[in-house]
Amino acid sequence: MTLEEIKALRNEPWREELRKAMPAKERSAIERVKMPELAPEYRVTTFTEEVQQGLTKEQAMCEAKRCLDCADPSCMKGCPVGINIPTFIKHIEKGEMAEAIQTIKQTSSLPAVCGRVCPQEKQCEGNCIKLKMNQKAVAIGYLERFAADYERESGNMKAPACAPKNGKKVCVVGSGPSGLAFAADMIKLGYDVTVYEALHEIGGVLKYGIPEFRLPNNVVEAEINTLREMGVNFQPDVIVGKTISYEQIHEMGFDGVFVGSGAGLPRFMNIPGENLIGVMSSNEYLTRINLMGAGRGQGFDTPVLKGKNVVVCGGGNTAMDSARTAKRMGAETVTLVYRRGLDELPARAEEVHHAMEEGIDFHVLHNPIEYLADENGRVKEAVLQVMELGEPDASGRRSPVAIEGKTETIPADLVVVAIGVSPNPIIPEAFKGLEISRKGTIVVGEETMQSALSDVFAGGDIVRGGATVILAMGDGRRAAANMHEYLQK
Amino acid sequence: MNKIVSKKMFSEKVACIEVEAPLIARSRKAGHFVIVRLDEKGERIPLTIADADIEKGTITLVVQAVGASSARINSLEVGDSFADVVGPLGHATEIEKYGTVVCCGGGVGVAPLLPIVKAMHEAGNRVIVVLAARTKDLIILEEEMRANSDEVIIMTDDGSYGQKGLVTEGVESVINREKVDKCVCIGPTIMMKFVSLLTKKYEVPTIVSLNTIMVDGTGMCGACRVTVGGKTKFVCVDGPEFDAHEVNFDEMMSRMRAYKAEETEAMAALAK
Repeated sequence: MTLEEIKALRNEPWREELRKAMPAKERSAIERVKMPELAPEYRVTTFTEEVQQGLTKEQAMCEAKRCLDCADPSCMKGCPVGINIPTFIKHIEKGEMAEAIQTIKQTSSLPAVCGRVCPQEKQCEGNCIKLKMNQKAVAIGYLERFAADYERESGNMKAPACAPKNGKKVCVVGSGPSGLAFAADMIKLGYDVTVYEALHEIGGVLKYGIPEFRLPNNVVEAEINTLREMGVNFQPDVIVGKTISYEQIHEMGFDGVFVGSGAGLPRFMNIPGENLIGVMSSNEYLTRINLMGAGRGQGFDTPVLKGKNVVVCGGGNTAMDSARTAKRMGAETVTLVYRRGLDELPARAEEVHHAMEEGIDFHVLHNPIEYLADENGRVKEAVLQVMELGEPDASGRRSPVAIEGKTETIPADLVVVAIGVSPNPIIPEAFKGLEISRKGTIVVGEETMQSALSDVFAGGDIVRGGATVILAMGDGRRAAANMHEYLQK
Repeated sequence: MNKIVSKKMFSEKVACIEVEAPLIARSRKAGHFVIVRLDEKGERIPLTIADADIEKGTITLVVQAVGASSARINSLEVGDSFADVVGPLGHATEIEKYGTVVCCGGGVGVAPLLPIVKAMHEAGNRVIVVLAARTKDLIILEEEMRANSDEVIIMTDDGSYGQKGLVTEGVESVINREKVDKCVCIGPTIMMKFVSLLTKKYEVPTIVSLNTIMVDGTGMCGACRVTVGGKTKFVCVDGPEFDAHEVNFDEMMSRMRAYKAEETEAMAALAK
């Protein structure tokens, strides 16, 4: 559907009637809904219970009234997958929950995931007209989550319809957000779709990275099951580029390949002591706990080191996830060390807020420069360089500058390094003929997502080098549209 | 699910397991490893591939019971299955005609050494194999090694078989007798360290295959990192083979002990 067609939907009689049912002034008088949350002191004792409990039907229908159903829905410009936002919200206002979720599913294959982890404040909600009116944005993310949860909890999830099979086969490398979004669009278009995943579970970062207190596994699993019902074939334990080669993919009759292999190579700081026992990447820490079930008292074999005084390095969402996970693992103190100031934290404000509520100590304007060991080779202290803020750098944020000679040493028996990831090298090494950037990402056409190998498209972190779930999904959708065009020629 | 089609015990604690994995059998080369997971609650364990049969669609793994998980793997029988086997992982061994190659191994390191011995021999190298163990019963794959090399030297700590002495003494005797162009060593970290020190003294280029702790095995977690030539490397995607003379073995040995307490606990629980 084009934006013009979506705008035209606003003129349907039921929408006009709904708009007239309540004057804009009254709509504006409604306070933005508050998401019910578990109390901090309780939630740090549980891994699986979600911090945010979701809106009730009444709350959602009331929040939906706040949306003015404006003529130019600027919110949609902020959505990387182009969800028809006003239409789904107005369905919620009318209590038509099935219609609401079907509207979202036309363009998004993971609404329950996106409703939880998208940075809405920078996307749809960041573009809401109400902000210009000095009001709080409509809680679009909460409403998206509500629509998806309502359907799932009703036990009656409906898979979107698919076009008749067109006889062509495509495969996907990686079952993270970009691969799943790509698979959903291609199966709808009538392709035969196989998704290869290196790990033993489907979902990529949604499973191994994002903790269950923020995104429960059963929520991810339900959305993957919908794709299964639509006919997507998922193959875990297959590493494309290792288990099967680019040549074998052709032998198997695939007409196109989408690479969404992610940014699975953690960065370290290359400082003394970083290879001590007890210093690990956030990927390792979170994977052990989220994917492998370590330390959760449920009889899983994989161990994970526990710390009394945990230090987490970094200021992004993964750093917040690691710090909050450490708290749940029973750490006495969790200190988040970040080299810039509080205002510069790249994590979502909501995540920072939740972390603070849970008692994470924010040690900003500090940067680790060395780790010291005990007699067993395990980390016992972190030496931090004290920083101050200088001039803005290329990112527009004020750059951190070391204050000469000023350091601080803090106890640390577990250090989680969450300073970012680099692209996974397996596909760039295995697919001869790809163009690879200096950073190790796959170079693709900005609009087409097509690589130097004409039948290979790519998206998500393997192209961006580290971004968000929703940007990866947007890439997957664009790659699907463009591969479809390419394969129909 | 990957079914076990044959199994034999090399010794009390070392099992040789042939498991169905047709795609891996086809793509693997000498030097590659796999990650296996026993069951839904199992951990991911890296194991080097000892052999493969493309026709049968199987790979062979040699597993030493060192912890709870490997002990449980070794208690599997023919017809049982692994929940997951994924690979082949890592870079394959660089096989070329070097001249005379000494391949030395100890413990279960002998198993992944076999495909390298075969490939080196096929490439036209003179291949001398040095196998080392505590005692005669722990020497494995001797026949297979003899069939694929020019000479096999056996070293045992107690002198119950071959010559009495350490692996390094066997390797040194070869170096003293003839020109050695390359050495490949796979075994316990401490053994690789001492072989490396020896060959460094004689300036014989040496390759070691490292078996560090891993979780995913695809570069994602970094649990396997080692210092090579002063730089941090990931064994899973940069290795598993490295220039022995550049590896910081002491750091590696320390890191291998990271979960020692947890291992002991798990073993105690298994024994109950």
